[in-house]
Amino acid sequence: MDTRLLLLADSRLPAGGHAHSGGVEPAATAGAVTDLASLSDFLAARLSTAGLVTAALAAASCSFAHSSRDHAVVRAGLGGQLHDHGGEGGRDGEGLWRVLDAEVDARTPSPAQRTASRAQGRALLRVARTTWPHPALDALAAHSPRDHAVVRGGPREQLHDHGRWGGGPHHPVVLGAAAAAAGGTPRQAAAIAAYGSVTGAASAAVRLLGLDPLAVQQALAVLADDVDAVAARAAAEPDDWAALPAVSAPGLDLLAELHLRSEVRLFES
Amino acid sequence: MGGMHDHDPHPAAPPVSRALRLGIGGPVGSGKTALTAALCRSLRDELALAVVTNDIYTTEDADFLRRNGVLSDDRITAVRTGCCPHTAIRDDIAANLDAVESLEELHRPLDLVIVESGGDNLTATFSRGLVDRQIFVLDVSGGDKVPRKGGPGVTASDLLVVNKTDLAELIGADLAVMARDAGAVRGERPVLFTSLREDPAAAAVAEWVRGVLREHPHPHHAPHPHAAASVNEP
Amino acid sequence: MTAKTAARYRARAAVTAERDRHGRTRLTRLRSDGPLAVREAEGAVYLVGAAAGPLGGDDLGLDLEVGPGARLAVRSAATTLTLPGDGESRFTVRARVGAGGHLDFAPEPVVAVAGCHHRAVTEITLAEGATLRWRDELILGRYRERPGRHTSRIDVTLAGLPLLRHELRLDDPGVYGGVAVLGTARAAGTLLLVGTGLVGEPVTGEGLAVMPLAGPGVLISATAGDSAALRRRLCQGESAATPAGDLPSALQDARAATPHH
Repeated sequence: MDTRLLLLADSRLPAGGHAHSGGVEPAATAGAVTDLASLSDFLAARLSTAGLVTAALAAASCSFAHSSRDHAVVRAGLGGQLHDHGGEGGRDGEGLWRVLDAEVDARTPSPAQRTASRAQGRALLRVARTTWPHPALDALAAHSPRDHAVVRGGPREQLHDHGRWGGGPHHPVVLGAAAAAAGGTPRQAAAIAAYGSVTGAASAAVRLLGLDPLAVQQALAVLADDVDAVAARAAAEPDDWAALPAVSAPGLDLLAELHLRSEVRLFES
Repeated sequence: MGGMHDHDPHPAAPPVSRALRLGIGGPVGSGKTALTAALCRSLRDELALAVVTNDIYTTEDADFLRRNGVLSDDRITAVRTGCCPHTAIRDDIAANLDAVESLEELHRPLDLVIVESGGDNLTATFSRGLVDRQIFVLDVSGGDKVPRKGGPGVTASDLLVVNKTDLAELIGADLAVMARDAGAVRGERPVLFTSLREDPAAAAVAEWVRGVLREHPHPHHAPHPHAAASVNEP
Repeated sequence: MTAKTAARYRARAAVTAERDRHGRTRLTRLRSDGPLAVREAEGAVYLVGAAAGPLGGDDLGLDLEVGPGARLAVRSAATTLTLPGDGESRFTVRARVGAGGHLDFAPEPVVAVAGCHHRAVTEITLAEGATLRWRDELILGRYRERPGRHTSRIDVTLAGLPLLRHELRLDDPGVYGGVAVLGTARAAGTLLLVGTGLVGEPVTGEGLAVMPLAGPGVLISATAGDSAALRRRLCQGESAATPAGDLPSALQDARAATPHH
């Protein structure tokens, strides 16, 4: 893998990831993740659900970021994405970024998880634009007001809550575009997303539960083949955003919502 | 927060102006939150202020700030650090930058944003990418050897505050020793001794902050090094 | 339409509700097909299983069309058992709701029987101003039985934008049995409400999350030890999602509305 992509996958990437536990903190609070065995199960389930969805969305975003450099390609090859979407935002690349972002919203019923995804998307966008300037990242930034700056559009926009697109683009969308900006393929974007879906949570568990970091590293190594398989599957999805995986994890959804209401929170999510 | 209108220290501020970002760091229990509250009380009538906290933020902490009448809730943002307070102010400042910029956008124009770190050890310092100036807060109960031990907070902060001087006698800490040792490692950089219990306004520290704002008007007019990458820039 | 070959059904039932010029809803199409019978009764259209199943290999479909301003409630007479058979069974529901129309779909639970291999696909297309109440309840196997493979996915678009894409996949017990998915629950369900006047803040309870979506809808997600507890939690969630105990006016009307034939 190229060094540029290693930089993007690195946990020391200054994009705020260290403050997100991927559900491990509320799971630990609930007594559901307590030791290495329960952490391993948690990571495997996270990978198969949220990890797969994130990886597929990141791959789609990467693919679109590569093609959106040329608007002609967008119209010819991907304009069809909008036929089913009422022409929201026009048929340009920026309108399509909004559609892809809405695809993340639709797969993220938990408001707490949407907020966490947008916070991480904003942070990643900042570092990615500084590091690998790319028109796709500019397009994402141009339409990303913060949480409180409610996007006011037509009547339909007013029906939607502040979370839609407001608050910055979703993390997998930015991750895919950043991977493209760093010269990566959709398969590589999916790999970084799938990898991050377990490493961030594992690192949080080490900090929260005082688990042996060597044992946790070994548990991640055991998962490595599964991470690759999820990435391969995610990248092999057809180029139809509506059909991308939408595997839910009701437990993660509930934990994310409970987390926001707990008295003491060390992690954002 | 009306003070900013009749006392605008930056009359010629270009539209991209931003507030001075002041970090307040130091070990657990040294009085960072109390100092933050004191500065807000002293400065809120003359400056437009906001605060980002990095502490374990419970309702109790929020109540503390509220009870002390520091600022309205929408001027205080809590950042969670995932058990790594130093990471959030030094290695990966993303969440703090985001919080600072959100506050600035919501309350524009601000003169001063205080970023209060979570309690940490003597090696914790703020990244220059996050703050323009930083205060490191020690308290005498840690012992009068602490300044001699040094560490980046003690040696490199723009202002070292030694708090709880009212306890010095009680615990046998020699303030003169602390002043001498701090001076030895800090050179010209100032050290202030305070007792927030006896001086809840932290008058001397507030005056130092005013001086920073007077003497260094430029940094908070210039775009921040990361502003170009900020998501709200078209 | 019904084709039964090698003990497999391929059937497509359909219901169309339209608003007449007096403002009343008329069922202009009520088509049963093979094992999938639809009957009108007690203010709702009932799905009546004319045969056991679906069995592996069956491919059943239901098309629901609710015209602008029309209202349709769909129920079922009994629990559905997804049974093993020859390959994967499939149940596809496609629903379209026009502007100002309302669809209330709340059948009895589906039981994923041991050895089943079932895929439920739901595609809902809502026009601007359409409202929806859609309930899915899944029981993980009969009493003390480990469920077979069961996947159910719901895709909802509103005015052309995706509102919800949500799949529950029971294929690997190591995954769905984990705390991240269903844990030790034996029943899982969702109730999706789309409309205005719904709660804006999330609500949680034991085994229950009431989650406002990015668009104008709320997903109530519950897990429980059995179907009765699951239903109670979904009801509790529905109350929480409709502030002050009131359903949004459009949904309330729909509850009272009786389709006329």
